[in-house]
Amino acid sequence: MSVAVSAPSATLPRLLDGVPAEGAMTLDVHLAVHGVAPWVGGSRRASAARSPMIDEVARAGLCGRGGGGFPTAIKMRAVADAGGAGSRAPSWWAPGRRPIVVVNAAEGEPASLKDRTLLEALPHLVLDGAALSAEAVGADEAIVCVCSLSVDAQESVERAIVERGGQDRVRFSIADLPARYVAGQESALVRFLSGGPALPIFTPPMPFERGVRQRPTLVNNPETLAHVALIARYGAGWFRQLGTASQPGSALVTLGGAVAGPGVYEIEHGASLASLIDAAGGATEELRAVLIGGYAGAWVDARHLPALALADEQLAPYGARLGTGVVVLLGESGCGPAETARVTRWLARESAGQCGPCVHGLGAIATCLEGAVAGVPEGGSQRIAHLLSIVSRRGACSHPDGTARFVESAVEVFAEELAEHARNGPCLACATANMLPLPASRRGGPR
Amino acid sequence: MSAVLAAGGAPSAYWYLTRSTGAVALVLLTMVVALGIADVRRYSSPMWPRFVVDALHGNAALLAVVFVVLHIFTSVLDGFAPISLAAAVIPFVSEYRPFWLGLGAVAFDLLLALVITSLMRGRISPSAWRAVHWLAYACWPIALLHGFGTGSDARGSWYLLLTIACTAVVAVAVVARTLGGWRANPRGSALALAGLGAFMLFLVIWLPNGPLERNWARRSGTPASLLGHSAHAALAAPGRLGSVRLVLGDAGAPDADHAEGAQ
Amino acid sequence: MSRHAALTREHLRVNPIACEAHGMCAELLPEQIALDEWGYPLVGDEPVAFELLELARQAVRACPTRALLLERRETR
Repeated sequence: MSVAVSAPSATLPRLLDGVPAEGAMTLDVHLAVHGVAPWVGGSRRASAARSPMIDEVARAGLCGRGGGGFPTAIKMRAVADAGGAGSRAPSWWAPGRRPIVVVNAAEGEPASLKDRTLLEALPHLVLDGAALSAEAVGADEAIVCVCSLSVDAQESVERAIVERGGQDRVRFSIADLPARYVAGQESALVRFLSGGPALPIFTPPMPFERGVRQRPTLVNNPETLAHVALIARYGAGWFRQLGTASQPGSALVTLGGAVAGPGVYEIEHGASLASLIDAAGGATEELRAVLIGGYAGAWVDARHLPALALADEQLAPYGARLGTGVVVLLGESGCGPAETARVTRWLARESAGQCGPCVHGLGAIATCLEGAVAGVPEGGSQRIAHLLSIVSRRGACSHPDGTARFVESAVEVFAEELAEHARNGPCLACATANMLPLPASRRGGPR
Repeated sequence: MSAVLAAGGAPSAYWYLTRSTGAVALVLLTMVVALGIADVRRYSSPMWPRFVVDALHGNAALLAVVFVVLHIFTSVLDGFAPISLAAAVIPFVSEYRPFWLGLGAVAFDLLLALVITSLMRGRISPSAWRAVHWLAYACWPIALLHGFGTGSDARGSWYLLLTIACTAVVAVAVVARTLGGWRANPRGSALALAGLGAFMLFLVIWLPNGPLERNWARRSGTPASLLGHSAHAALAAPGRLGSVRLVLGDAGAPDADHAEGAQ
Repeated sequence: MSRHAALTREHLRVNPIACEAHGMCAELLPEQIALDEWGYPLVGDEPVAFELLELARQAVRACPTRALLLERRETR
């Protein structure tokens, strides 16, 4: 039963309320700003499937913030049911069905910074959410998974766990993930935590049924859990006071590219993109296009900017989704095709290397794009259209689908530039195209 | 050519059966290797679609197992050489030419591993299946050497021609395999070619000085009692079923070389 | 709340991790399986026609890596 603390005002900031300019918010400050988290309470035998926590999250309409957008309450209920939580306490002959919670802070998307920022600045919000979810599904263990390169985030979480001093009914641990794009994919993460390689598996079985060490596993993005932590305190009604009917609440977005103040911002779902850009100090030059949703997202022509709102329903007509909340602005001085070609080659190298259509298809698409940018198109537009049509839904994970969506939108939005390049070869901006961030130290590639 | 009649009795049918089933098994195993390599090289033609190559490879292997089992049973039942059933599967425990018979046991064990893992494919991990399947390249030469070392047909022209043909087929198939694998693994392919070359060289040197020599039976570990210095020796070693062997003086008969030498 | 009986049909599905582009499935069931330029199977979402079910089962058995699957799904 959530005990409502004096509800805060129904405006932003919510997650970023009181966020420190540097370092992490300590436990005292966290408790001062947000109050004590109400625990689900009751013994472990209480049936988690009817947990009031999950009901509250369902009423709030919270959806996953890791790119998938799956309704969080449905996931929690599935894990709780799979664990048979409460109806049968685990015993020596059937020990393995106790659920386990995994915080997926891999953040493989290079242009996204929100998960790292949350862990570095507001670890207690995330840990609260993890502890609450664990209680709700009947788990007693939570693993926080951080990319091995995000040293600051790891240290922050470690310190925060120590600060909490075992007050939670959950055992926290931290796992070091390899720096690969696919390592953050749900089944890859679960496989890695079970001792295997960080590569996706063919599903079924889904992680909520059989995940880490064959136990029902609840995998959540850190931002999702941060929202859970606040919903538990202030209720579903409060959560729904912001946002749209179909996509309530607030969200973190990572704004980058041709903008004065790049960084992580908290927005209300449905807020206009123009207002976000203004809040960030405005664009640094005339804009050509906007990339929404990261490298598995879509380009949108900048002339639509006035109509663009940060909610899936409003973005759908332009072929985009909020996804991981990445928004990158491409200025007129940049070269869309060159940026896209660069990133596509990286995406092709980051393939897990397990599925033929992905390994061959993404490589062929990247080659086509590079050729198109260099002015020697390989097979023309039909070739790339054909390739795009045969890579989707033919891999074990959605990596090829995301790349196909990204490239398809580029081909459509940058049609003019591509025709230019076909006639005259590389443009001036091609050589300096490095606006879309790519990890320097990661060496992906199929083995 | 003299014949020493040890007692009234012709070579038992088992003796002929074990040699013939052994030869057929070798031919089948040669087919299995060739088809297996065609399979992995993705060979296909209008007359030989992929599923035919694959199914034939599997069925030939199963048939080979049947013939090897027959070969084992007939050699055990045949009274001349003291070969126990255990010796057929446990390498090197037999009294009769322990090393060369043992090679047959090794080849049989490998063949069983190959067939069983393939029947369980899908239930075992792909890498486990593949690791065992590479042993096929060991199984065939071991079976070949077993045939030369244990058999008494080595100097018979039919057997020699047969094995030369089989060896040629396998050599061509292995070369095709290494050429196909060159891009992916040049070092491995080079090693494989070198291995093939070394094996062929070994055969060319060893055969004339080994199984094709007259005193091979003695050198390969045939128990002295069977080496027929005289009729008495033959009589002194009755077969397991009480049948006594006719020691003939021509090629194709058990240990005839030594009997000849004693003339 | 009523629940009418759902019609189930068999659908083909490829396990893309297990698939090694042997190509036997396309030979045995060309009506529903084609191969892309790299030899990997293109399998449609439509259910397997009744008269082709036996061939589909043969194709599933013929796959050396057990990558082709027949799944029963409800069609509405």
